[in-house]
Amino acid sequence: MYGNAYVENPAATNSLTANEDPIKLAEFEARIAAGEKIEPNDWMPEQYKKQLIRMIEQHAHSEIIGALPEGTWITRAPGFRRKLALMAKVQDEIGHGQLLYSAAETLGKSREDMTNDLISGKSKYSNVFNYPAKTWADSAVIAWLIDAGAIVNQLANSKGSYGPYCRALERICAEESFHLKYGHDNVVFLATGTPKQREMVQDALSRWWEPIMHFFGPPDKMSVHTEVLMRWKVKMGTNDDMRQTFLDMYVPKIWDLGLTLPDPNLKKNEETGKWEYTEPNWEVFKQVINGNGPCNKERLAVRRKAEEKGRWVRNAILRKDAKYVTPLA
Amino acid sequence: MEFTEKHVEGLKDLLYRMADDLLILGHRNSEWTGLGPILEEDIAFSSMAQDKVGQSLALYEILHELGESDPDTVAFTRNDFQFHNCQMVEFPIGEYDFSLVRHFFYDHADALRFEALTETVFEPLQMVAKKFKGEIKYHTMHANSWLKQLANGSEESKIRMQQSINELFPHALGMFEPSNFEQELMESGLFIGEAALQQRWLDTVVPLLESYGYTVPTDAAPLFGGRKGVHTEYLQPLLDEMTEVFRIDPSAEW
Repeated sequence: MYGNAYVENPAATNSLTANEDPIKLAEFEARIAAGEKIEPNDWMPEQYKKQLIRMIEQHAHSEIIGALPEGTWITRAPGFRRKLALMAKVQDEIGHGQLLYSAAETLGKSREDMTNDLISGKSKYSNVFNYPAKTWADSAVIAWLIDAGAIVNQLANSKGSYGPYCRALERICAEESFHLKYGHDNVVFLATGTPKQREMVQDALSRWWEPIMHFFGPPDKMSVHTEVLMRWKVKMGTNDDMRQTFLDMYVPKIWDLGLTLPDPNLKKNEETGKWEYTEPNWEVFKQVINGNGPCNKERLAVRRKAEEKGRWVRNAILRKDAKYVTPLA
Repeated sequence: MEFTEKHVEGLKDLLYRMADDLLILGHRNSEWTGLGPILEEDIAFSSMAQDKVGQSLALYEILHELGESDPDTVAFTRNDFQFHNCQMVEFPIGEYDFSLVRHFFYDHADALRFEALTETVFEPLQMVAKKFKGEIKYHTMHANSWLKQLANGSEESKIRMQQSINELFPHALGMFEPSNFEQELMESGLFIGEAALQQRWLDTVVPLLESYGYTVPTDAAPLFGGRKGVHTEYLQPLLDEMTEVFRIDPSAEW
């Protein structure tokens, strides 16, 4: 699961094409314009490679960290049906991490380096996973709406230019569509269940609404111009476009269940066809990205502990001279 | 031959032992999700956990057909003394060496148990045994390859694995705690009995461990209790956690 709130490096985006061979660059851009995919051994601008590594890496970390809030509910899932489904879902997310790390490795950064950058706090992951999953209903809302948001974003990115990433995303989207069905079914049972169940799901939805709105990234008027990244098909679609697509697909479904959303201004403008809403607090978003969210420290601490506990296993089996750069998709 | 009430009781007891083992170990193995030493192992443990919980469900369904409550009620409303699992499966996951050795000991026993049950006279169990045999083959392959790799990986890995083997061996023997119905199960052709199963298990795991370079404890006394509802302090907290949401409203549909 991954939103569109890709954290760019503004210093690097200013001079993306500096020092590149103009003839090779023109050929590269022509291939992308013609809809060709770029493969690991093809020529590519340094900044294309750097931005892709950063982006795929953030996506991979999001899958791994994203497994934590939901994973805590595997051992508490009520009944066999939910227990088996949630185990399979979280396993899928870890599998997505594996696919994505292997896609990023084709660009020259090892999984080990990426993991080290994650636990040292140097690399980012999707902000949404820095919020707690307080009740079972939170896990249902995450599986439905966060996965839905991720599909909107990942479907767009699967039309991007880097072959291994696009193919990984196609596989991921196919699996996420099952997650979404699971999450929706789960929310339906809660929303149409006992008063207690209904209260749980409404409470979870109200708490998750702002993180969901944040999930797609700051409004276009606030985000750094990334014209070159769009031309290179590294970034596909704007944050606002993704958010609109999501609202259009899911707000009516939420309202259909008799659930409410904590934004009195949320409505579709029938003339423009666009959704209007109260801007979520972007200062909070920045704070959370910079490490001050409710769970940032806990998430990294858990990940760090897992890495430390597993070190002896890796040391015993990894061969230092071996290279693992074959894309899995 | 005609089944008496005691035969049915023995069959139910056997099914409960197997189902409870699978549920509790599946639950424990799922605790590695997101926390494994490498992603591939995370995925492997989760996959095996799903097989185990799925297998336990199939066995609880057979019990339901024999007149017991439905699987969710049976799994999510009993207390520890009502569980028939062996104690080995209820221990916390510990370090990876502990989980791997438990996985090795348990899955070889499970594979042999289902192998034997492909010849049980009770047809519903015979059918699931044939199906599960295929799934468990991959679990034992996974366990074997890891026990072998870590015996030859590093000094630390070999020491850790050997320690876990020593620690777990008496608990592993506890898997074969005799039931009160051994005679009935054997005479009716329902099951070969725990003693015969233990012998097959020893004949399998001891040569494997020795071939990897481990030593096998020779003086281990089996730790019994679990099959009769006597458990360690770890089972009830596991059940409290597992049933936390279910208990919010047991009449609700989740």
